[in-house]
Amino acid sequence: MADKPRKLPQEVFAPWEDPEAKPLIQFRNVTKRFGEFTAIDDLTLDIYEREFFALLGPSGCGKTTMMRMLAGFEAPTEGQILLDGQNIAPVPPNLRPVNMMFQSYALFPHLSIWDNIAFGLKRDKLPKDKIAARVEEMLRLTRLEKFARRKPHQISGGQRQRVALARSLAKAPKLLLLDEPLGALDRKLREDTQFELMDIQEKTGTTFVIVTHDQEEAMTVASRIAVMNHGKIVQVDTPARIYEAPANAYVADFIGDVNLIEGTATRTGEDRCSVRFAEAADPITAECTADLSDGIAVTYAIRPEKILVTADRPADRANALEGQIIDIGYLGNISTYHVELPGGQMIKAAMTNSTRLDRRDFTWDDRVWLSWRETAGVVLTE
Amino acid sequence: MRRAVLILLPYTWLAALFLVPFLIVIKISLSDTALAIPPYTPTLDLTQGWEGIRTWWAGLDFENFVFLTEDDLYWKAYLSSLKIAVISTLITLSIGYPIAYGMARAPEEWRPTLMMLVILPFWTSFLIRVYAWKAILSKEGFLNQILLATGLIDDPLIILNTNTAVYIGIVYTYLPFMILPLYAALEKLDGALLEAAEDLGCSRLSAFWLVTVPLSKQGIIAGCFLVFIPVVGEFVIPALLGGSETLMIGKVLWEEFFSNRDWPVASAVAVILLAILIIPIVLFLKNEEKQREAEG
Repeated sequence: MADKPRKLPQEVFAPWEDPEAKPLIQFRNVTKRFGEFTAIDDLTLDIYEREFFALLGPSGCGKTTMMRMLAGFEAPTEGQILLDGQNIAPVPPNLRPVNMMFQSYALFPHLSIWDNIAFGLKRDKLPKDKIAARVEEMLRLTRLEKFARRKPHQISGGQRQRVALARSLAKAPKLLLLDEPLGALDRKLREDTQFELMDIQEKTGTTFVIVTHDQEEAMTVASRIAVMNHGKIVQVDTPARIYEAPANAYVADFIGDVNLIEGTATRTGEDRCSVRFAEAADPITAECTADLSDGIAVTYAIRPEKILVTADRPADRANALEGQIIDIGYLGNISTYHVELPGGQMIKAAMTNSTRLDRRDFTWDDRVWLSWRETAGVVLTE
Repeated sequence: MRRAVLILLPYTWLAALFLVPFLIVIKISLSDTALAIPPYTPTLDLTQGWEGIRTWWAGLDFENFVFLTEDDLYWKAYLSSLKIAVISTLITLSIGYPIAYGMARAPEEWRPTLMMLVILPFWTSFLIRVYAWKAILSKEGFLNQILLATGLIDDPLIILNTNTAVYIGIVYTYLPFMILPLYAALEKLDGALLEAAEDLGCSRLSAFWLVTVPLSKQGIIAGCFLVFIPVVGEFVIPALLGGSETLMIGKVLWEEFFSNRDWPVASAVAVILLAILIIPIVLFLKNEEKQREAEG
């Protein structure tokens, strides 16, 4: 029994890294114009089966237009959208294997919850018992059994959200579109529902495309995120890579909290460079790509939680800068310190409050040391 | 106290301007016609005290209502009025719905203008507008002139003084009353609901039947009532545009009052007309209430 096969590590879901994988949806050089306004600008993107794909961006960035083109409510001005390799431009919305959960939920107010969920199934002229079985299944999945006979105005916002989800999943679409699905819920309910959504997505194996402007929501639910701005995709990647390796200052700033320090880079080693940002302060040592040329303007991005605040200079960290505390924000789980460096650069640093109500180490106007490792931040050239 | 006054105000209004006059009409309908001023007996003479009230009460009977059932003119007129009202309500609905739908779907900056156009005819006298239809529909009218000139017909159409002219006049006059409540209902309709219906497999047409129509039900009902009720008692339009074949209860009522000077019979006609109109409305409202309760 010595040669018992070693247990393989569980396969990670990452079809986008597999060159063999066939995407479910392909945007090919899609442009959409409304009169003079270009909503989507020459956009190319692949989305794979079983993905939970998030389109993230500020309002007006074109994310909703992309979703409406997938649903069939808008047609691309140029380019093609392929679903399973087929151009879907000539297919009207009612014949697409795509369903949408609307931002306003768009539940039919004159129909009961049961009839709302059965609406799409009835249109397919399924036999009555099949419809009933499928509706019951959806009611169970979304824990709505008790409310089947009620009208939409007789249930709470969270329940309505689940009805909308059940209705759009009832026809077992190849692709489910979710337009800001949790926008109308309060924070606590939203967080619970995010996990519920992920759970349902896993159970049904449906490909989900979610549109949101809430970066936390996108980070929580998505397998990949496309960050959009002005009708273009700025970066497509997993939540972790979007956060830790943003492609440019826009993405770094849009996702989470970040310090953006502008300076000039000088190469110091094979994959090391130093970023000088002020006459009065030491340059920052950072990791950087091999093709970085000397003396160009860069933005150094570092997340507040990567910075350690101490009273004395730590010996083991590549970067250590002294500054003065200007402001302290107590958020319960963390405290953020706004520290002014010589030369006027403000840096935000976040420290976890791991013990209860202890005496605070620092107060306003204290001089402190900020320190971080070489790999903690990224050098951005855009 | 303030609430009581606020509630009392509309009730006082209704009592003074509807209930009291209606009670007077009922009283007249129970009286006998007489060559006097006012042209009926008995009249209440309070100077004779209790005895006066007693003789007044003894003079009241249902004779006029019995008379209405004996002469078939009256129930024929009621039936004919109801028929004309039903048909013209349906025609008004089928013309008004597309107009209201188009208005509700028009770009937002256009809607006040369209609304204005619907209301605009009210700015001129109703009588003038009905007379204008006489000029259009008569044998030598504009319509026949155009049709003859373009060669579409060889002989002029006889429209004026027929029921067709009455329908045209009624539909034209009451169309705004249909459009306005329909527009109010359709304008509130959330466009996302139609998109959702399409997304779930409806064609445009079935989305209209399954979503738009049920959700504008309140507007349809309100519009139909606003047209049906006044049309049943309509007098001016059949008098001006209709002919001898046009039998409507409003005309009968007018003739009883002004030609026959038989106020008691005319009052009885009016009381029955009101009953005919009120009973279906009450039944309908009861039904609505029951439905709402069932939905809980």
